[in-house]
Amino acid sequence: MSVIFILIIASLTIAIGFLIAFIWSVKTNQYDDDYTPSVRILFDNELRSKQQSNSKEKNK
Amino acid sequence: MIKEPEQRITCYHCGENCEEETIDKDDKNFCCQGCKTVYEILNKVELCDYYTISKAPGANQKSKVRLDKFAFLEDVQLQQKLIHFKNEKQSHVTFYLPQMHCSSCIWLLENLAKLDHHIIRSEVNFLKKEVSVVFSHSNSSLRSIAELLTSIGYEPHFSLNDLSGKAIKKYDKSRIYKIGIAGFCFGNIMLLSFPEYFSLGVIEEKGLKKLFSYLILVLSLPVFFYVASEFFVSAFKSLKQRYLNIDAPIALAILITFGRSVYEIIGGNGAGYMDSMSGIVFFMLIGRFFQNKTYNTMAFSRDYTSYFPLGVTIINEEGVEQQVPISKIKVGDRIKIHSNEIIPADSILFYGKASIDQSFVTGESFPVEKSIGEIIYAGGKQLGGALELEVIKDVSQSYLTSLWNNDAFKKTEEKGVSYIHTVSKYFTFVLFSIAIVSAIYWQINDPTRVWNAVTSILIVACPCALLLSATFTNGNMLRVLQNFGFFARNAGVIEQIAAADTIVFDKTGTITEQTNSEIKYEGTPLDEQIAQYVRSLAAQSNHPLSKAIVSYLPSYKKLVVKNYHEEPGAGIVGMIENNKVAIGSLNFFNPNAVQIDVGTKVYVQIKDRVYGYFAIQTNYRQGLAHVLGKLKERFKVSLISGDNDSEYSKLKNLFNAKQYFNRSPQDKLEYIEKLQKENKKVIMIGDGFNDAGALRQSNVGIAVTDNVNNFSPACDVIFDGTKFSHLDDLLKYCTHNKLIINISFSVSIFYNVVGLYFAVQGNLQPVIAAILMPVSSMSIVLLTTGLSTVLALPIKRKYKLRGRLFLKLI
Repeated sequence: MSVIFILIIASLTIAIGFLIAFIWSVKTNQYDDDYTPSVRILFDNELRSKQQSNSKEKNK
Repeated sequence: MIKEPEQRITCYHCGENCEEETIDKDDKNFCCQGCKTVYEILNKVELCDYYTISKAPGANQKSKVRLDKFAFLEDVQLQQKLIHFKNEKQSHVTFYLPQMHCSSCIWLLENLAKLDHHIIRSEVNFLKKEVSVVFSHSNSSLRSIAELLTSIGYEPHFSLNDLSGKAIKKYDKSRIYKIGIAGFCFGNIMLLSFPEYFSLGVIEEKGLKKLFSYLILVLSLPVFFYVASEFFVSAFKSLKQRYLNIDAPIALAILITFGRSVYEIIGGNGAGYMDSMSGIVFFMLIGRFFQNKTYNTMAFSRDYTSYFPLGVTIINEEGVEQQVPISKIKVGDRIKIHSNEIIPADSILFYGKASIDQSFVTGESFPVEKSIGEIIYAGGKQLGGALELEVIKDVSQSYLTSLWNNDAFKKTEEKGVSYIHTVSKYFTFVLFSIAIVSAIYWQINDPTRVWNAVTSILIVACPCALLLSATFTNGNMLRVLQNFGFFARNAGVIEQIAAADTIVFDKTGTITEQTNSEIKYEGTPLDEQIAQYVRSLAAQSNHPLSKAIVSYLPSYKKLVVKNYHEEPGAGIVGMIENNKVAIGSLNFFNPNAVQIDVGTKVYVQIKDRVYGYFAIQTNYRQGLAHVLGKLKERFKVSLISGDNDSEYSKLKNLFNAKQYFNRSPQDKLEYIEKLQKENKKVIMIGDGFNDAGALRQSNVGIAVTDNVNNFSPACDVIFDGTKFSHLDDLLKYCTHNKLIINISFSVSIFYNVVGLYFAVQGNLQPVIAAILMPVSSMSIVLLTTGLSTVLALPIKRKYKLRGRLFLKLI
């Protein structure tokens, strides 16, 4: 039964880790704008592929 | 009579019809030089993906921005206020760009660095319509970035509010932290309590039981000392003012639960009620969060400073034009106002033709012509050409802004006290009676049980259920109302609406639409040629009536107008293909004529023959008659307007009630005050500055706006004008608020009675509390959100159905 001591301590430590992660994510404004990043992530790809193809052409 | 042109050419940049001219470039059509320029700029740096992400994403560039408009940004003091971070190399600044509207905008604005290499980074917050720019200030300046943004069609908007020194109130995140911590502690305490509950308090291993209960104690400390602190603070504040709010009994219950649990855990004779305590704190905080979730993109407390521009052109003694911040204007200064600028201070017209749109300030629906020497009040917008004015009053002392010196604006406390505080008072009273009665009973029969019974009663019967009912009902109602374009400042507003019995309307912009006046042509039918004569002539003028006629008549070809002459306030005349064409009021053609009927009419005369007239009527909002008819059943309705009474007879049928015209903003405020002295609860519905005082003074101020992101004066509710026909149903919906709270509260009383049944016997097991607490909380949450959603269904169905019918008719 004494293994439960270890298990409880371990589970609490992990849970505290998640609590800290939550507080950190709120503190660094990750929930401030929940719309723009969803659009931005699509643009980055398009731009990058273009730049890459451009640079490839130049290399040739 | 008039044929629609079959194919319309739309602009590649802004998507509008190319009406007057079409410019071709790279096989693309543009409606104006401005749109083409933007395209060229973007094309040069290969940013034309802008046009592929969304179709025709640009803003129309027909109205050009003056070259030196942003010269005032070179003022160092002003820069310091706008730039929020600066080191040796770079500066951070945030611009508000009202034109931002689609994903193309985000893409372009985040690639600003390609347009100007001194811009290091730009990031968009789409919901706030803001772009934050990091730039190196050694090579670039605030002004050049503002001009760059303007050149690609995103003119940044600055207002006095940005400078008032008040840091923008940052959203308080502490409640989110608290909810996170409370949830964490609640979950873990619950888990650690399970062994105790399932084994009914008999745990074989002694060490394990001790570990569990001490871990619970440790986990409950942050809940009690940090998370629940806001209840203690609020309770203490209210008691200090000799007033019992709902937080007082809640704080007492938390305190007693915690005290007794600590006593039990340390004494080793029980597991305590820590899970119930942290659970209820968790639920109450979620309820408050849900209720107070504000719309961060909306501002409910704007005053005149956010309406006025930041900079203005003054002409100094040597006659040189200079850009200065508005705060530096002094009495006696000569200022220059360009077309479409707002007049910042009361002044005398010195030079130029003034045609002032005062609809926002006085409520007059058509522009007012002013001649030299006349006083022009601050807040009006110049529609004609440039003006020179001499300032006669300070910005803060003008006719308009002095309204803000009224007492109504000095009040800071909330309007009215929520009725849940009153209910909780009775609740507390009953609770204490039960506690005292059972204490006396046990004192006589079994004195060892007194403490047990009294603390149990106070634990079980805290009015947290009431708080939960109110917060979840209000929170859900706010969200439902929001779906109908009705944005309330806070939950208290719903209760105030439910209590109101009088509605006062403003006219211009509130019950009338700001655009699209209704035009009808009467008289000899205009053939294609004559129609083009009239249109070409009207296109020369900037007057709103001329503009209305231009948009009414379709375009075929633009004709050359010679000898154009404009008689302010009367009409315009010109020669087209050797024909004298004139349009204007009746007096323009016959000075002695008196127009008998009401309404604005523009007559058409070609070669001395009067063809007919355009009747231009203010367009009332859709469904106005219906809404008013419904509202009159439950409210006393009246109208107070700053405009003249030309629409009186038309409104008389609609309102069938008191109407006041030609009232100043101050009069409006006093009128509301007078009604309130008669013990009326008043809802004021207005739109502009002239209503600001009345909106503030009223019990509920509703500002109607056609674009919720536009400027609207300080108010309790921002209401989307296009949803005006829903107003009656929405106000009615608010009255359900009390009903829902009462129903769910009665249900929660049932749980309280069950708990009390055990508590008065001094026999409340932690396991019973642990079952009752979440069950009652969850059922309240479900009941309140469920009921408020179900009650909204009829409204939802009604307007959806209407939408479909409307489509069928088309």
